[in-house]
Amino acid sequence: MTDMTANAVGSARPARAPLTRRLRFGSSASGVGHAGWGRTVGAAIVSLIYFFPVFWIILTAFKTYEDALAVPAKFFFTPTLENFAQVFSRAYSAGGPTVNTGFTLYFFNSLFISGVSVLLALAIGTLAAFGFSRYPLKGNDTYLFMILTTRMLPAIVVIIPIFIMFRVTGLAGTYLGIIALYTVFNLPFAIWMMKSFFDELSPDVEDAARIDGSSDVRVFFKICLPQVLAGLAATAVFGLILTWNEFLFALLLSGVETRTVPVAMSQTIGGDIGVRWGLLAAIETLFLIPVIIVTFALQNQLLRGVTFGTIKR
Amino acid sequence: MSTIELTGVTKHFGGFTAVKNVSLAVSAGEVVCLLGPSGCGKTTTLRIIAGLERASAGDVVIAGKRMNDLRPDQRDIAMVFQFYALYPALTVRENIMFPLHVEGLDAQTGADRVARVARMLQLEPVLDRLPNHISEGEKQRVAVARAVVRDPNCFLFDEPLSRLDVELRQTMRGQIKSVLTGLSKATVIVTHDQLEALTMADRIAIMRDGVIEQIASPHEVFARPTTLFVASFIGTPQMNLLTAQFDGVEGAHGRFTVDGQPIRLAVDPAVKRLAKGQVTIGIRPRAFIPDGAGGADTIAGRAELIEPMGAETLIHARTPLGSDLRVVVPREIKVKSGDALSLRTDARETHVFDGSGMAVRA
Repeated sequence: MTDMTANAVGSARPARAPLTRRLRFGSSASGVGHAGWGRTVGAAIVSLIYFFPVFWIILTAFKTYEDALAVPAKFFFTPTLENFAQVFSRAYSAGGPTVNTGFTLYFFNSLFISGVSVLLALAIGTLAAFGFSRYPLKGNDTYLFMILTTRMLPAIVVIIPIFIMFRVTGLAGTYLGIIALYTVFNLPFAIWMMKSFFDELSPDVEDAARIDGSSDVRVFFKICLPQVLAGLAATAVFGLILTWNEFLFALLLSGVETRTVPVAMSQTIGGDIGVRWGLLAAIETLFLIPVIIVTFALQNQLLRGVTFGTIKR
Repeated sequence: MSTIELTGVTKHFGGFTAVKNVSLAVSAGEVVCLLGPSGCGKTTTLRIIAGLERASAGDVVIAGKRMNDLRPDQRDIAMVFQFYALYPALTVRENIMFPLHVEGLDAQTGADRVARVARMLQLEPVLDRLPNHISEGEKQRVAVARAVVRDPNCFLFDEPLSRLDVELRQTMRGQIKSVLTGLSKATVIVTHDQLEALTMADRIAIMRDGVIEQIASPHEVFARPTTLFVASFIGTPQMNLLTAQFDGVEGAHGRFTVDGQPIRLAVDPAVKRLAKGQVTIGIRPRAFIPDGAGGADTIAGRAELIEPMGAETLIHARTPLGSDLRVVVPREIKVKSGDALSLRTDARETHVFDGSGMAVRA
């Protein structure tokens, strides 16, 4: 509501302003105004450049093998759904029997492993962040720093020790193992992110809730948590994207039954007739859908989440 | 019984002592204002009563029960915060209803209670809005509603009106006072605004540097301030404080030398027990009578600046040796800048403070 009013005021003003002011780049007395057509077109071009690879992948997913390889690249062609069908079942050699590729399982694995590990990281991270924010330890910052250091190493540095640990403990190839790993992987980010959200909340509000007869648990769930929904959404989306696309750990630590889509995709690259770009693009297109859905669903919260603290105060 | 008793309450923050040995008893139905400049320890005292801070020493007794070690949620009190501290994610209705869960009321009784306070504080039109979408005055009323919806041991208000504009402040002062009158609970209000304290309190506790300097009725703190600080803090315009040499008494009059000018002022009988020496004389701006007669019973001065205030006129005057005087006269008395004044006072309005800043009074 407020935004709309502000926009209306902003757009009404330049019309009444003297000509010199109107010619300046969309500035208005209130600081709110339209960017103007020039800037909008500029932004559109930059966005298109960014979006082009994704657009190209989606386009390729609907091409035949020949169209996908055509030089010069084809923008107009007869679309086919063949690639999408072949994601789930196809013949591995020319004229061979059509078999199930297992991608139904891999998609389930990706969803299940990412979903559970992000939810776990969110639950643990939010509680930890609340603790760090509201009941600081002696040397609080040191602990927070230590948590972050685990993310300062490139994954490849720790992959061998982790691989050995997983082998010894029997976690390799299990859901438990990969979910636990991804949870730990997401935790530092979740803790830091959520702590900054909790830090922004007014302590008075919690004091008021305590005086109104709330235990610490009730204060957390009834008062604090509803105020950081935007933060939860932002953390969830970032964590999800990170986990969803993770390849290295998944490659080495998942088994046949727990294989995720990125790993399975890499194993699809080979074949008797060379790389089947159309097929890969179809997998990739399907793979994009869940992330896009989640991001869209959380869009409003997400925008508030990433701008939190920069706009307020 | 809804009462609050503080005995020897002290609070240290590291090496800093915010509250020093404060003792205070608030009886049922009584409204006590903690009044003082910022940083005097008044809010800390309130937070100690609420249980949001732990006293370093001393006892907090609420409704006859020692509460030192109880958490805020176990004390059964209601508090209104300076910045309202409304729950941002809950609607106004949910905000007001929030404290009721402790009483375990059924839904109907709860809704009735909310409806009653909403009507009392004119919040019915905004009950389903979020706190961010209501005006400052409405937020303030929601904060009050959330406090009075319950039946607590006592009420605490932390600078309840400081964020409102002047007009709204006047209305809310009356509104809070009338709400509190109907509740007959022990109430403590923290404020730095003396007008707020004078109008709302049954008794005012004036604090400075963590110490209660005087606790008395609004009339008493104005008419009979016990310390120099209280005298200078209460009253607008501020009381005139003149450094003087005390030369003894003559009947009902004290003889003083102010700025080298000998004067006789009608004073309290207790002044005759005072040893000669340096004192401070306090005279309210409205206690001066510019009678033009001159003589030993008057202070001479010259009007420097005239500020008409409507019904009255504030004159900034200066004595021959340069001490500033504030004099308030009815607007019928015409004074021009540069006029010579000769100011008489009466005994009830002349306060003498000894060298340590304590009022000399029978």
